[in-house]
Amino acid sequence: MSLILDHVNYIYGEDTALAVHALKDVNLVIPDGQFIGLIGHTGSGKSTLVQHLNGLIKPTDGAIYFNGEDIHDADYDKKKLRSKVGLVFQYPEHQLFEADVFSDVCFGPKNLGLSRKEVELHAYAALKQVGLEDEYFYQSPFDLSGGQKRRVAIAGVLAMKPDILILDEPTAGLDPKGRDEILDQISKLHRETGITVILVSHSMEDVAKYVERIIVMNEGSILYDGTPKEVFRHYQELEQVGLAAPQVTYIMRALKAKGLPVNTDITTIAEARDEILRKMKG
Amino acid sequence: MGIIKTEKLVFEYIRRDEEGNVEGITRAVDEVDLDVKQGDFIAILGHNGSGKSTLAKHINAILYPTEGTVWVDGMDTSEYKNLWDVRQSAGMVFQNPDNQIIGQVVEEDVGFGPENMGVPTKEIWERVEESLKAVGMYEYRKHSPNKLSGGQKQRVSIAGVIAMHPKCIILDEPTAMLDPNGRKEVIRAVRALNAAEGITVVLITHYMEEIIHADRVFVMDKGKIAMEGTPREIFSQVERLKELRLDVPQVTLLAHELQKGGLKIPDGMLTTDELVEALLQGA
Amino acid sequence: MLRDITLGQYYQADSIIHRLDPRVKLVATIAFIISLFAAKNVLAYCLAALFLACIIKLSKVPFRFMIKGMKAILFLLLLTVVFNLFLTPGETLVSVWKLTITKEGLRIAVLMAFRLTFLIIGSSIMTLTTTPNNLTDGMEKLMNPLKRVKVPVHEVAMMMSIALRFIPVLLEETDKIMKAQIARGADFESGNVIKKAKSLVPLLVPLFISAFRRANDLAMAMEARCYRGGEHRTKMKPLQYKGRDGIAYLVLVCYLTLCIGGNFIKFGLVL
Repeated sequence: MSLILDHVNYIYGEDTALAVHALKDVNLVIPDGQFIGLIGHTGSGKSTLVQHLNGLIKPTDGAIYFNGEDIHDADYDKKKLRSKVGLVFQYPEHQLFEADVFSDVCFGPKNLGLSRKEVELHAYAALKQVGLEDEYFYQSPFDLSGGQKRRVAIAGVLAMKPDILILDEPTAGLDPKGRDEILDQISKLHRETGITVILVSHSMEDVAKYVERIIVMNEGSILYDGTPKEVFRHYQELEQVGLAAPQVTYIMRALKAKGLPVNTDITTIAEARDEILRKMKG
Repeated sequence: MGIIKTEKLVFEYIRRDEEGNVEGITRAVDEVDLDVKQGDFIAILGHNGSGKSTLAKHINAILYPTEGTVWVDGMDTSEYKNLWDVRQSAGMVFQNPDNQIIGQVVEEDVGFGPENMGVPTKEIWERVEESLKAVGMYEYRKHSPNKLSGGQKQRVSIAGVIAMHPKCIILDEPTAMLDPNGRKEVIRAVRALNAAEGITVVLITHYMEEIIHADRVFVMDKGKIAMEGTPREIFSQVERLKELRLDVPQVTLLAHELQKGGLKIPDGMLTTDELVEALLQGA
Repeated sequence: MLRDITLGQYYQADSIIHRLDPRVKLVATIAFIISLFAAKNVLAYCLAALFLACIIKLSKVPFRFMIKGMKAILFLLLLTVVFNLFLTPGETLVSVWKLTITKEGLRIAVLMAFRLTFLIIGSSIMTLTTTPNNLTDGMEKLMNPLKRVKVPVHEVAMMMSIALRFIPVLLEETDKIMKAQIARGADFESGNVIKKAKSLVPLLVPLFISAFRRANDLAMAMEARCYRGGEHRTKMKPLQYKGRDGIAYLVLVCYLTLCIGGNFIKFGLVL
C-alpha cells in the first residue's frame, strides 16, 4: 500500500499567456503509516500537490500510482480513491451543510454506497476519533465553536475510513490551545490506527514537534525531503526561500557560536531542554 | 483621560433558540476598564471566544455598551451625534482580508473612507498616496485587490484606515488568516505607523510573537481582563497563560523549562539573544 | 473550472476609447443598438460595420478578445439563425424532406446573424474598454435625474460595484467547496435532473452561508469606514466631460442620422 508520484508536472492555464508551471518534475514515494509534514510558503505548489494525491487535479505530465495502479487509467474508480486518500481542505468547516453534526459526517460514507448501518457506524467512530462528545451529535454544526466545527469537518473525511489522511493547515485561525488539541488528536489517531498522515503547515514548530518526515516545496519543486533534523540543518537555504527552522534550532546555534558546545541538531523544546541541562550541569 | 477609555464596560447579548424564545443571556464583555494613552501600542490577547473582538467593536461604535461607557478621544461612543467622529478617530481593520476591501482597484479602496467623509477630491488623492506609501503598497495602487497576497490585502486595508486620518487604529486579529510572511509584513507596517506617525495601536491577536514590542498587554478571559502588564511581565507567567488557552514563544517556553530544570534564568525571556546571554552568564 | 469564466472582462490599454467618459460609451452603446434595430437594408448594415470597425481599430483591443466573447453565445446565435432560416414563410428556395428554406427566411437569417454579432461585439467593446467601477459610476451619473423620483440611484450603483468585486471571490469559493465535497465522495455530474439538483445542496448551502457571512463582514467594514449612503459623499474620481467626449457625441449623432436617414433614402428609392 503506497502512493507514488512519478515525474509529475502540472501547468495551470496551459496554452494561455498566463500559464503557470505549478509542479515541476515531482517524484515522491509515500509509504504506509508515515506522519509527514509538507511545508512551503504560499504559492509554492503544496496545495496543487495535495490535490493531485486524491485525483482532484490531473497531472499535465507524469503518473500517480496508488497501490500500484495508475489513478488516471480510464477504468480506475476515482470515488474509491477519494475514500482511501482523504483530503481535508483549509477551513474545512466552510463545507458543513447538514442540519445536524451526525448527518453531516454521514455524507462521505453515504456517497460510497454503504448500508445505513455501516454509514452510521463509520460516522460514530470518526466523531469519536476526533474527540467530539456525544452531546453535540444532534446539534446544528453551525452552533458549535470554531474548534468543534473543525473537528466535525475532519470527522467527515475520516468517516470514509481513508488509508491516507491529508490535512491542509488544519489549525489555521484556531487559538494556541485549539491548535494543540487538534494536532494532539491527529497524532494520537496516527499512533493508534497507523493511518498515514500528511500535514500541510506553515508552522515549523508544529511540524518539528509531530512529524517524522518533512517535505519542503519551493516554486513547484521538492527542495528537501527528510527527517526534521536533516531538513532543518539547511536553515540558511530555507531562509532564502522565505522559510525558517524552529526558533529553538536558532537558540542552539547561537549558544554554540558563543562557545557552549551543544548539539545543534535539535528541533523541539524537550530536546533542547535536555541537551542544555546536560551541558550546563554535567 | 487617554485616547481610549472604558469604564465598567459590559456587553450582553440574548441567546435565542430556533423559535426565537430567549434561552439565556451571554455576557461577552464583563466590567472592563481600559485607559489607553495617545501613541501607545496596546495588545489584547485572548483565546477564541474570550470577548476580545466584542471589546474591539465597541471602540469603533459598531457595538454599544449594555452598561458602562466607552470614550474615544473624549467622545462618548453611545451618543449618536458622535458616531461619525468616533468612527473617523478610531479606524478598524478586520480579520478577513477578502471581506473588507470594497474597491476594485487598490487606490479606489483606500479612497473609500475619505469619500465617505466628504473630503475634497484633490485631498483624497493626496491622502491615498501618502497612506499607500506608509504601508509600502504604493506601487500596487492600480492593481486589483483580488490578485494580491493576504498580507498585501491587509496592508491595503490598513492604508484605507489611515487615509481617514484616525488617532488610533484597532486591528481585530489582522493576521489570523495569513501565512508567516504575511503576518510579519502586517506587523512591520503596524509598528512603523505607531513609531513614525504616532498613531495609537490596539492590536488584537493570539499570536504571542506579535506582541513582544507592545507597550502594554491585556489578556482577556470570559469577558474580563485576566492579566495586564508589559510583555515581559505577561510572558513570565507561562503556566497562567496556558490556563488561559494561550502559549508563549519558544524562547520563553525553553527558558521556563530550564528554570524548572534548576537553572537560574530571569523570568520572561523574550528574544533568542536574551536567553543566550543569560545562559552564558550562568555557565 | 469555474474560474475560467470571464464576465465583462476589462482589457487594459491606452486608447482614445479607453479614455472616453463612461457616460459617452454607455450612450453610444445604446445608440448603436438602436441603430442596429432600426437598420432595414444592406446599406445601413454596411454603415454599422464600418462604424464598428473604426471603433475596434481605435480601441486597440485585439480582435480575438471580442471573438472570445462570441464563443459563449455561439449556440444562441446558431439557434436564431436556424429558426429564422426554416420557419419564415415565403417564396421557397430549397426544400428537403420537411424543411423548407424561403427567400425571406434566408434574408432574415443572414441579417439577424449580422445584427446579433454586431450587438455583442459592440457591447463587449464597452466592457473591454471601461473598468466595471467606471461603468457603474457612469450609470450612477446618467441616472442621477431619477433621484428626484426617489429612485435609489447611488445605492443601486454601489450594489452593482460590490457585486462585481465579489463575483471572482465567490467563483473561487464555489470551486473550492465543490472540490471539498468531491473529496468527500460527492458526485455533481451523473444521474438525472432531480438527482443532479439534489446533489447541489452540499454546494449551495455552504456557498450561501459564506456569501451571507461575507455580506455581513463587508457591511460592518463599510460602516467602520464611515459609509452612510450617498449623502455628504465626495468622489475620488469624479466624472467630468472633456473635449474629446463632446467630439464623440458629435460623431455619434452624425452616425445615427446617417444610419436612420439612410433607411429612408433607400426606402424612397425602392418605393
